[in-house]
Amino acid sequence: MSGALSRRDFLKQSGGLVVSFSLAPLARLEPSRDGLVQRGGGAPRSQIDAKQVDSWIGIGADGRVTAYSGKCELGQGMHTTQVQLIAEELAVPIDRVTLIMCDTSISPDQGTTSGSQSHPANFNHQNLALACATAREALVGLAATRLGVPADQLTVTDGVVAAKNDASKQVSYGELVGGKKFSLALNPNAKRRDPRSWKVLGTSVPRVDLPSLVTGQMEFVQNVRVPGMVHGRVVRPPAVGATLVSVDESSVQGMPGVIKVVVRKNFVGVVAEKPWQAIQAAGKLKVTWTPASLPRQAEFYDYVRKQPSRDALLVDSRDVDETLSRAATVVKATYRHPYQMHGSMGSSCAVADVQSDRATVWSSTQSAYPTRNGVATLLGLPPERVRVVFTRGSGCYGLNGADTVSYDAALLSQAAGRPVRVQLSRKDEMAFENYGQPYVIEQRVAVDRDGNIVAWDHESWSATLGNRPGYDTPGNVITGTLAGFQPAAFAPRTPAPPPSGRFDNGSNAAPSYVAGCVAGACGGTGSVKSERVLTHTIRGPFFTGPLRSPSRLQNTFAHESVMDEIAARLKMDPVEYRLRHLRDPRLIDVVKAAAKAAKWQSRPSPRGGTGAMANGRGIACVLYEGDNGYCALVADVDVDRNSGRIAVKRFVVAQDCGPISSPDGMKNQIEGGVLQGMSRALGEEVTWDDAKVTSVDWRTYRSLTMGADMPAIESVLINRTEGEAMGAGETAITLVAAAIGNAVFDATGARLREVPFTPERVKAVLGTV
Amino acid sequence: MSKMALRVNGRAHTVDVDPTTPLLYVLSDDLELRGPKFGCGLGLCGACTVIVKGRAVRSCVTPVSTMEGAEITTLEGLGTIEKPHPIQRAFIDAQAAQCGFCLNGVILTAKAFLDQNPRATEPQIRQAMSGVLCRCFTHNRMYDAIKKYASEKRS
Repeated sequence: MSGALSRRDFLKQSGGLVVSFSLAPLARLEPSRDGLVQRGGGAPRSQIDAKQVDSWIGIGADGRVTAYSGKCELGQGMHTTQVQLIAEELAVPIDRVTLIMCDTSISPDQGTTSGSQSHPANFNHQNLALACATAREALVGLAATRLGVPADQLTVTDGVVAAKNDASKQVSYGELVGGKKFSLALNPNAKRRDPRSWKVLGTSVPRVDLPSLVTGQMEFVQNVRVPGMVHGRVVRPPAVGATLVSVDESSVQGMPGVIKVVVRKNFVGVVAEKPWQAIQAAGKLKVTWTPASLPRQAEFYDYVRKQPSRDALLVDSRDVDETLSRAATVVKATYRHPYQMHGSMGSSCAVADVQSDRATVWSSTQSAYPTRNGVATLLGLPPERVRVVFTRGSGCYGLNGADTVSYDAALLSQAAGRPVRVQLSRKDEMAFENYGQPYVIEQRVAVDRDGNIVAWDHESWSATLGNRPGYDTPGNVITGTLAGFQPAAFAPRTPAPPPSGRFDNGSNAAPSYVAGCVAGACGGTGSVKSERVLTHTIRGPFFTGPLRSPSRLQNTFAHESVMDEIAARLKMDPVEYRLRHLRDPRLIDVVKAAAKAAKWQSRPSPRGGTGAMANGRGIACVLYEGDNGYCALVADVDVDRNSGRIAVKRFVVAQDCGPISSPDGMKNQIEGGVLQGMSRALGEEVTWDDAKVTSVDWRTYRSLTMGADMPAIESVLINRTEGEAMGAGETAITLVAAAIGNAVFDATGARLREVPFTPERVKAVLGTV
Repeated sequence: MSKMALRVNGRAHTVDVDPTTPLLYVLSDDLELRGPKFGCGLGLCGACTVIVKGRAVRSCVTPVSTMEGAEITTLEGLGTIEKPHPIQRAFIDAQAAQCGFCLNGVILTAKAFLDQNPRATEPQIRQAMSGVLCRCFTHNRMYDAIKKYASEKRS
């Protein structure tokens, strides 16, 4: 760490109040104009010891709490909910808490804010929650000594520790430790507050950031302005895989404001004084690329099945073929899911200030520390000389252009020797982001004479390229590749080796109805013991990455659709048929809760009826990632047989994610999840021609707008205070395509097996009934 | 480059810019306003909306030269954190946001339409909002807020 400053030095330099032995965070307590976190200058620092309370919590002389988290606010409410957690565990009012998220100079490294992992990571007995519990116990211990009262005779209210029986004996947090460090390791035995006595956590605290958002005061990364800053614009190739032939710098010579044309391997960009000048220069710059060649979209699902693949067996009871061969009934179906995009509302943006020996990047990355390392690799700097300051961005839903544009800004700033802001064009955001993976999924399910499922065979093909860059693979996104770094290696492997270790249903590749037995231990949520889950992954033509419920949504669409097909074949009620094959009581509970709230009437699908407007209902359920949130969804739809249009009238969601931290926050995630899922199920699909992606704006990639009729949404929240905190952001969306498809079948008897359910596809399947 | 006089949120500004520059860049870069945002640059999402003469205008496709002398209102011009405008208050009350990036377009488009059409029906409001996106899909809460504002205006 040569040359790196200590955290305390950094805080001193950042210009706030510093007293001897002061707790470092005091320097950062000044709120900014938007009432939230202030941006500070200063030098980078590499390691914050996550085992130490001081890395998470500081208490000022005025009793204010400053907390540091490596889980960022992405629109999911994690700012407010973490503030609730801190306020609850430390027994202080919410407005006495300042939370700093994801600044590599000062917050612990918690990797990436993704995968619905923030709630599990910071709200269970570890990390932020444990730091708060440890701090509170330490404070009570100090108070016991100070007051001469045993700790078990003390109570804490609003940051004041007082004797239960003698209110005159009291001392505030500020008096106890204000301005001093805890110098204390996280104590694994520290006691969390009992959820049954929660006053702040577990309640619907209004989002602390909303007043700033609705009044236009919030600083998004798009609004970051630093002294001397100029503007960059990247010039992308026609498609992934095209390489640079030549750049004619004279084509922009003399254009107003142009500072520099930057070329590094296949990375091309322009830097200019003003954004409009950079945009015009980038448009004028004469760049020649080799042509790209893309597989034909019309045949893409066949193409995916014919490429060299990397194969994996998640589970294999080795009797599936035999069970299928002697079954009374075998239901077979193939499901298809397209490339879809994150399609952030705001084009991604970053500001980088790269100097000869250090760099600062303001970024809406979900991965502050990994992005720090990626930027360092691109710039040739040691990671500890790079500081990434998370600054809010447009919702990302998994992985938008935030990482890649951070690289863009860093490369252009290094070349220009000035701080550079880069904001991608809409086309550059959409044509080169890391899409959600396309899938072809075959289901073969054996049923015995009594209607019991006796074998389940899942086989899927999907296409990947790149991914989240992580700490060491900048080539996983477009800018890294253009600058000369490779995406994660792809090594075909056929046949798949036998399953080993323990059953891991992280991608929900196994249906909810199988037992999930590996090496004698069964980790699945269902009862079917003859089971095989075989996946084939190919190297695809476009970058891919986690899109809200990555792979889980596609797999669940197939599983929950075929489950419905089987129930219909047997003339069984879809809810009862599911329950018959589930054994996880919490999954059973959400199915029952959703059905009850939806006033589900037991009967087989389809409903029957011949009117021009058909209505029906469908259900789907999942234990997200095999261990991260139980959810069931009922959809009510109208289908216009003439136009092929589907109108979803109502969604009923039942969800169990352990102890609920914020009921309204959870509802907001459910509502956004089901409607985003509906938009994806009904209309979203990335398109391309033989040379380039053609989904490059909101005309060519169809998102439901604010003009669309939206269904009513009813959420049933199951609060398991005794359980572990699980994720709540990706559960409901996982079920939407299946529930709508099942409802369309219930209404019409027509089965949709390919997303999105466009009117043309609906009419096509209606024609087969 | 040429000097131009703009009135934004009741204040006079003089900027020296290429007159073809879209208004959005002048507002967000020269004047450093945070309300109007770049979403698509094509007038397809609403993120850049401002209100001019009571109408919602897409600043990303509006050359600044056409706005000289006009009174421009941005999201900051409605209310403050301490004293939000009634429509901003309605969004807070309904907790109608996720990432919040779209709020500028949603709030200003709805406000401009309802101020001119206080008796608009819900289908008419949806029609007016049909060119506005929220990719977090906070639609239902946003409509709760918009309808609350509409009913307050009527009463």
